[in-house]
Amino acid sequence: MSQALLSIENLSVRFKTYAGVIHAVNGMTFDVRPGEIFGLVGESGCGKSVTGLAVVRTLPGSGRISGGRILFHGEDLAAKSEAEMQAIRGRRIAMVFQDPTASLNPVFTIGQQIDHIIRHHTGGDHETARRKALDWFNAVALPDPQAVYDTYPHRLSGGMQQRVMIAMALCSGAELLIADEPTTALDVTIQAQILELLVKLRDQQGISILLITHNLGVVAETCERVAVAYAGQIVETGPTPAVLARRLHPYTEGLLAALPTAVRKGQTLQPIAGQVPDGLQPIAGCPFHPRCGKALPVCAQVNPALLPVEHADHLTACHLYTEAAV
Amino acid sequence: MQRFEYLIKRLVLAIVVILSVMVLTFFISRVLPSDPAAAWAGSHPTAEQIAIANQRLGLDQPLHVQFWRYFTSVLQGDLGTSLQTKQPIARDLRTYLPATMELVFCAMLLAVVVGIPLGVLSGAYKGSFFDHLTRLVSISGVSIPTFWLGLLLQLFFFSQLKILPLGSRISTATAINNPVTQLTGFYLIDTAVTGNWAAFKDTLLHLVLPACTLATYPVALAIRMTRSNIIEVLSEKYILAARITGLPRRTILFNLALKNAIIPTITVLGLSFAYSLTGDILIEIIYSWPGLGSYITSAVLAIDFPVIVSVTLFVTVIYVFINLILDLLQAMLDPRVSLE
Amino acid sequence: MTTTTLSAEPAASPPAVPSERQLIWRAFRQDKLAMLGVLVILFFVLTSLFAPLLTPYPAQGAGAPNIIEKFKAPSAEHPLGTDYLGRDVLARIFYGGRSSLTTGFLVVFLAVLIGAPLGAVAGYFGGRVDDVIMRITDVFLSFPPLLLAIAIATALGSGFVNTMIAIAITWWPWYTRLVRAQTVSLRERYFIEAARSIGVPSFKIIATHILPNVLTPVLVQGTMDLGSAILTGAAINFIGLGVQPPQADWGNMISQGRIYFIERPWFAGSAGVAIFLVVLSFNLIGDALRDAADPRTRRGEA
Repeated sequence: MSQALLSIENLSVRFKTYAGVIHAVNGMTFDVRPGEIFGLVGESGCGKSVTGLAVVRTLPGSGRISGGRILFHGEDLAAKSEAEMQAIRGRRIAMVFQDPTASLNPVFTIGQQIDHIIRHHTGGDHETARRKALDWFNAVALPDPQAVYDTYPHRLSGGMQQRVMIAMALCSGAELLIADEPTTALDVTIQAQILELLVKLRDQQGISILLITHNLGVVAETCERVAVAYAGQIVETGPTPAVLARRLHPYTEGLLAALPTAVRKGQTLQPIAGQVPDGLQPIAGCPFHPRCGKALPVCAQVNPALLPVEHADHLTACHLYTEAAV
Repeated sequence: MQRFEYLIKRLVLAIVVILSVMVLTFFISRVLPSDPAAAWAGSHPTAEQIAIANQRLGLDQPLHVQFWRYFTSVLQGDLGTSLQTKQPIARDLRTYLPATMELVFCAMLLAVVVGIPLGVLSGAYKGSFFDHLTRLVSISGVSIPTFWLGLLLQLFFFSQLKILPLGSRISTATAINNPVTQLTGFYLIDTAVTGNWAAFKDTLLHLVLPACTLATYPVALAIRMTRSNIIEVLSEKYILAARITGLPRRTILFNLALKNAIIPTITVLGLSFAYSLTGDILIEIIYSWPGLGSYITSAVLAIDFPVIVSVTLFVTVIYVFINLILDLLQAMLDPRVSLE
Repeated sequence: MTTTTLSAEPAASPPAVPSERQLIWRAFRQDKLAMLGVLVILFFVLTSLFAPLLTPYPAQGAGAPNIIEKFKAPSAEHPLGTDYLGRDVLARIFYGGRSSLTTGFLVVFLAVLIGAPLGAVAGYFGGRVDDVIMRITDVFLSFPPLLLAIAIATALGSGFVNTMIAIAITWWPWYTRLVRAQTVSLRERYFIEAARSIGVPSFKIIATHILPNVLTPVLVQGTMDLGSAILTGAAINFIGLGVQPPQADWGNMISQGRIYFIERPWFAGSAGVAIFLVVLSFNLIGDALRDAADPRTRRGEA
């Protein structure tokens, strides 16, 4: 098993609000290996986006890391100062978001924006930076790099904006890209193109990608390994084919069964009953147990640990497998 | 060309607005008062004066005929005659306008040079001691009645410290010994250009208190609005994205966010001008400043309607054009704006 | 293939999550300066309301002169001294508050009453109606604010009511613009579409769906405007329109006391302090309300 590039260990993030303290992330554990595309999948509110922001330490508002470690090349990012993090952002870890339109500054041209980034990280003059930017625009398959360089963001389509974002994120040499729902706001056909692009960049440049999404289809197509998140914790993680086929955790099973493609014509859809917890009320025991059809008495009392089942690389947090744990 | 069409469209709109303003001011002066003729005849009119006023105003004519006469005379530059000074109002305006503009300009300058930078720093370092201090100062600035503040400053600087004059544009001594040559009507310019340094210094001293008093509200407002602009910009997603690419705080603030904040700052400029203009009326009363404010105030007290209407119209037209220019500036700076 | 069956046990009912209103109130309460402002406002409102009972000199407050005692400096009998006609200044402040505070409240109230429904109508119906209303609004907004109020106040004649009407006329367009912008964005929301599709009449949609939703921004803006309205009212009174002496108003107290100010500052001075405290309080309250109402600026630290 190769040494992990990014290792999240029991991470907790809390937000203080007037409604109370929200535990957005509550003991999340997974790791991303070099050169792989790792999927972090879950419904809205499971804490996956917050985890991404926590890694680069740009949590909004009153968000704070309240426990755990974020190991990047063995160093704990959660313990680093702002100055140290600034040296890491862009240069070693990069991030792209769901809505590329909002992520691009409307009053500057694309060229001006990427110029700032390149020259901050690698120095050099305007012309060198421009050529490097154009190289990257080629790498992300933008049809007319110079035109894109000279134009304002609002003139570009969503797909092109996202490509620009990816270029801007990677142009400083980052080895880990956190992509938070990069295709959700785009048309289906463009989605496929962007995903292809990410896979190509990984193949050609060896970048590792943490792909955060709610879309199981995306995960199935592009991710070698996946972690399923629920209520701020990981309930199952492992190689994608294994997780999708075996569906050890009842939540994973419920997610896959709820897909419209899971039922044949004439059958009724199978949603998971109940609602995602809002993070305000702590739930004793396993967070999924109120909605779980296979809950055992112990599930209401003890939060199951994430343990390997069947083989060392496929873990799940469920009492059903405690005896079977390797 | 999109920008050009936008310009034309806005210009036409401005003209329509000015016409409507004329209609409205006309309405205010003729239709609102219970007895327009009596109002026009001045205070305590005799029956004879009312009759003359009636005829002069053409109040026996239908309303639209009255308006047409009013409209055509305004276009010809005839703004009527003041009941008090018995002078053509247009001439009075030309006499009093520069004094007012000099004051308003100084106040606006202060608003921009002091208010905006303070607002930027206050918002960028939100929560700091400097921010709290600035907020306290600026919220007091928008809460204090400027005419009262003027009295306080006079008490302190004139009566107690004796370093600044009580009012007027220049002292009588200077007016006699080193009179100002009337070139532009802006004393600072006129004295500097003619090398009349004694009068220049005197003018400056006389400008300090009125300009600072007048500037209080616009500066405070500028601080508050700029601060909230900067905070809003800094909370945008593209600023977060820029932060994540590793750009340092300084670069983000001064090279990126500032440009985003400039566009709403144009609004700040507009409002500073508006409040400088309106506050000016009160300042001129306190400091006996011979400008449009004093002119219109004495007209109000004497119910000199021709003056009130004409000054309102005149000042409003200036106001409309300044706002038009600011609007266009805003449109030119924002790459997203095409045709409305 | 096992399937997840519907869970047998019902989900426990969650403890109450605070409503939006409660959250806003909680955040507002945190701002100590704003709460202090509320106390100050209450003080002035109550002293104005009960002025005749609170002062030993009700007649002087209302205007009766007492020449013998004129120009007395602050003392035990007259905590704020007496003015140029010998009237107790503290009593004048209480009585003046009636005029100044009422002007502020009524101006904003009238402006909202006229402006908000117009804005909702303009925003909801769009098209011609919108154009006409917005053009009228633009014209009124083209005037430098105080100037128009002065012109109208002169035309209507002096007096308390006329001044209020004059200022309200210059103020309503701001609310029309505000409510229109809110309405336009609300109009696009699906629940409005849904209501229309089942045949709810337009005015009912406006009354029951749109107006309640624009309530918060209007309330915030209104609170912030209360201070400005009082300042404007004071300014108009200072110029000489509006409330005429011997009736008291903080604005005309300053203009009356102006010529004596350098030697005997206490009567014009107190009136100015009163205006300053009241307006400052309204501004503090307005700021805190605005920050509390916007989820982005609402302070998250409990």
